[in-house]
Parts: sequence; C-alpha cells; structure tokens
Amino acid sequence: MTTAASTEKTDQPAPGKNAARPPRVSALRRSWDKYWYAWAMVTPVAIVLTVLVLYPLGYGIYQSLTDANESNVASTIGAFHRPATYKFVGLDNYWHVLSGADSDFYPRLLWTVIWTVSCVTLQVGIGMGLAVLLNRKVRFRGFYRAMLILPWAVPSFIGVFAWRLMLNSQYGVFNEIITAFGLPAQDWLGTPLAQKIAVIMVNVWIGIPFNMVAVLGGLQSIPRELYEAAEMDGASPWQRFVNVTLPGLRPVSNTVILLGCIWTFNMFNVIYLLLGNNTSGDADILVTFAFRKAFTGISDYAGAATYGIIILALLLAFSTFYRRSTLKSEQA
Amino acid sequence: MTAATHESSATATAGRSAVATPRKVRGREERSLGSSIALHGTLIVATVIAAFPVMWILFISLGPKNAWQQPSEVFSHLSLHNYSDVLSQTDLPKWFLNTVVVAGGTTVLGVFLAATAGYAVSRMKFPGSRQLMWTFLVTQMFPSIVLIVPLYLLMSELNLLDNYLGLILAYATTAVPFCAWMMKGYFDTIPKEIDEAGRVDGLTPFGTFWRLIVPLAKPGLAVTAFYSFLTAWGEVAYATQFMQSDHYTLAVGIRTFAQDQRPDWAWTSATAIIITLPAALVFMLVQRSLVSGLTAGGTKS
Repeated sequence: MTTAASTEKTDQPAPGKNAARPPRVSALRRSWDKYWYAWAMVTPVAIVLTVLVLYPLGYGIYQSLTDANESNVASTIGAFHRPATYKFVGLDNYWHVLSGADSDFYPRLLWTVIWTVSCVTLQVGIGMGLAVLLNRKVRFRGFYRAMLILPWAVPSFIGVFAWRLMLNSQYGVFNEIITAFGLPAQDWLGTPLAQKIAVIMVNVWIGIPFNMVAVLGGLQSIPRELYEAAEMDGASPWQRFVNVTLPGLRPVSNTVILLGCIWTFNMFNVIYLLLGNNTSGDADILVTFAFRKAFTGISDYAGAATYGIIILALLLAFSTFYRRSTLKSEQA
Repeated sequence: MTAATHESSATATAGRSAVATPRKVRGREERSLGSSIALHGTLIVATVIAAFPVMWILFISLGPKNAWQQPSEVFSHLSLHNYSDVLSQTDLPKWFLNTVVVAGGTTVLGVFLAATAGYAVSRMKFPGSRQLMWTFLVTQMFPSIVLIVPLYLLMSELNLLDNYLGLILAYATTAVPFCAWMMKGYFDTIPKEIDEAGRVDGLTPFGTFWRLIVPLAKPGLAVTAFYSFLTAWGEVAYATQFMQSDHYTLAVGIRTFAQDQRPDWAWTSATAIIITLPAALVFMLVQRSLVSGLTAGGTKS
C-alpha cells in the first residue's frame, strides 16, 4: 500500500539526520513498530471509505462522462440479464450543463446561493443573538435553553412534517396566526415565491439551535478578564460586543459558518419533504433537482452524476477559499 | 446607567481582589426593569416559536381523525386513538423494528470504525494520517446525490439493495467521518502518559487501546454512538431509494401516511410523535458533548 511505502521512505534517512534532530528521530524509531498498529487500526475505516466513498465517487465521475440512464444501464429482471449499452461521451454532459444549454443549471445555482446565504445568515445571526441573551444571568435559563434546542432534538423530517401541516393553505394554523397579526394569508406550499420563503423559514427554524449552542460554548470560553478590562476602559455594551465578543467568537463562528454553508447547500430533507413531488420545481436547489433527475421519470443517471460532481467541486472550491481567507484574518 | 455600572464594578475591582469575582460579574449583569422585561419577552417569543410546531403536531395527534381541519375539536375529543390505530392497524411496529436494527447496526459499526481510526490518528502521527483526516473532512462535503446513484448501482450488483447491511454501510459513510473527528478530539484529551505506562507494563499497542483507553473514553464513545444512532434514525434519501416495503424504516414509512396528495394527518402526527420520543430523549442526553466535540474538532484542525 502507498502508506506503507511512504513510511519506509521517511524512516530510512532517519539515521543520517540523527545529529540534526535527535528527539524526533528517536521518537520515530521507538514508534516504528507502532506504525503497523496504526495502519491496522485505520484499515477498517480505510476499506469502508474506499469501497463506499472513493469507489462510488470514481464511478460517479465515470458515469458523468457517459450517457447512462435507466434504459441503457445493466439490469436483471428475473432470469433475463440485459448488459449495459451506454457509451462514453466525454465532457458533453458538463458542457451541456455549464454552457447553460439545459436551461436549469444557472437558475438552480442562483437560487441555491440565495437559499444558502439567507439561511446561514439568519441561522447564525439569530442563533448568536439568542446565545448572547442566554449567556447572561437570566431566571429560568435552563428552561429557555431546553425549549430553544427542541427543533434540533426532533428528527429533521419530523420537523418538516410539522411545518407542512401548519403551512397547509386551506386549514393550516400558520395562516390563521399571521392573519391575526394583519398579514395576508398565503398558499405557502403552492406559489413559487411563497414556497421559497417557506423552505427558508423551516430550514432556519431547524438550524438555529445548533448555531445557538455552538456560539454559547464559544461565549463561555471568552476570558472574563477581557470584559473587565474593556469596562475599565469605559467601553459601552455595544463596543464590548464588537471588540471583545465578536473577535473571541471567531474560531467558533468560522467553523459554524463553514459547516452551515456546506449543510445548507446540501440540504435535502427540508425542500424535498416540505414540497413533495407535486411542485413546479421553482424552489428546488441543485441537490434536490439532481435527485429528481436521478429518480423520477426515466432516471437520468449521467445527468444526476454530473450535477453531483459539479456540486462537490463548488463546495470544495468554496471551503478552500473560505479556510484560506479565515486563516488570513486570524493571523492578521 | 452604564456609567454607574462601570463605576461600581471599577470600585469592586479596586476594593477587593480575592472575593471580587462574583461581585464584578453581577456588576455587568445588572439590568434595569425595562431591559429585564425586554430580555424575557424576547426569550419567551423565541421559545414559543421554537416549541410551537412540535407542540402543534402533538396536539393534533391527540384529536379525532379530522382534527387537523378543525383544531378546536381536539379539546372535546382528547384521546390516544391515533396512537393505538397506527400501532395496531399499520406496519408501524415493523418499521420501528427495522429502524432499530439499522440504527443499532450503524451505531456499532460507526463506533468501531470511528474509535479505531480516531485513536490511531490521535496517538500516532503516522504517514497517511493527515490525508485520512482530510478525506474525512471532504467526505462531509459530499452531497448525498454524488454517492446515491453509484451506491445504488453498486449495492444492486452486490445484492445489498433492500437489505439491512446495505443501508447500515451506506449510513456508516455519513456518520463515520464526523465521528472520527470527534473521537480524535476526545482521545487528544486523554494524557499520552497513560499509553506509555501501559506499554511499560507490557501491553501491546492494541492492548493499550482496548484495556486502558477505551474504558477512559466511554463518554466520548457514548456521544459517537448516539450521533451515529441519530444519523440513521432520521435519514430519508438513502432509505427511500434502497429499501422496499418490507424493510421500510420509519422515515420512509411515515411518508405512506403523509403522501403528497392526501396526507392522513391524524396518523402522520401520531407516528411523528412515536418517532420523535426516542430520538429526542437520546438527543437531550448528549447534546452538550456533541457540540463541544464538534467545535473542538473544527478549531484544532
């Protein structure tokens, strides 16, 4: 295996470097036999990831270069086995999608970005606000905290069903509540704009508790002395928030924002289950759109795989860029 | 008002050094009546919004068949009818059992894989460990759609479609990367001296792991177990595509009530509550450690 080969390489020059870095080399030597155990211990996970992640990924990449769909992949119906007849088409699928020829990609991408940005902004913003409130000395704090994380404790598809019940256009309690406040009732699961607002609302509702709890943990790790020093210098509460709290939260908020973007970008349950199959597709993000491509009508496996690879590439690029820029801002 | 607060806390700091801490804290925490009301008001509104959908579905589940159309009927017809109906007249018990098998399998497999990998990476900076952790991180970015079609075709070739093991393996791919990060973070907090003492006493590295570290890491393992369990308990996409009616999990089964066209909300709501109870219970037990494990893994990367 490659890992084994690379150790031998690192280990062999060790005696030569002995004089330059003695502690590290002796540690290397002492742990030489440990390595084998290390590899033995990661072997199970390596096998599982190779078979179930890397192989399907490679397979997916290959499929995205073909014209595979339900009618030409290999299949076995009873005793009859039909061999695969799809063929290699090179980068045609990518060109078809990225050139805008399928007329779906860019509208879906735009909506996916709007969806991700608005969901993450609201989740992190509201979560942080609630965390700041809960971080103070408040009576019934334990009660508030327990109730506020309830949306996270419930499996997300159950939360979605609860909202679907409430948002029903004819009998839903949500319309009754907002009309009581003087707002107009909407066909929440029917018209495109209302659908979009509804899915964002539900996703924010589900996502706030995670952000709140994470930020709460971050707040408690900010040293009290910093606030005391700021108070001594006469900083107002707002100045303390901007100059002490926000920088102190940066490690947590960076992680939370990155995870939030990845999860929201890939969020399947909320949109798919809230709107079901009888939707115009206006509120579909890239992931749900690709899922429908793969599993409704004549399954377009190649098209779905192409979308999947493009989504993955977008996320990888974003994460790399994000981590680099946050590292820079942490160093500055 | 702010000025007064600062003054009092400033004198407190100057006045006493040993007993000052609680005083100073209170100095900053002092509030006028108005801001106290605003604070509680905001928290109460947030609490109502957070809890309402869950309470609503519980409320509807206790009513008659048409309660979702006439919620006011619920109070005069409170009953557990919907619960006894779904438990006796539908396949819910079977789905429940399926889900328990799948979630249990995912938990065992997830903990085993995550613990061994997490320990190896935490203790030994072996060549390949960085790449492995990187792979874990990237795997979390995989949209399920990238894997679901190839996995579907792979599973059908291996005859693992509509099979508990197939679904368990698929869930392991989503649960393990995150769990391995969490376990690595947890193992990092256990002093290395313990391993060394074990080695001095003649244990093999694997014996050290099994006899010394695993017992010490029980809290971390518990969190990993619960996380894997919850992942499997609430997953929809894989289960929908991989399983046929005999092997439906709860997440798929509930959709036979909550259909797109004419959802049966009485049964859906009762089923929803039945599904939620175990998950919420498990969740409340572990949520604190879940977040600290997550943020520790993220910030130390």
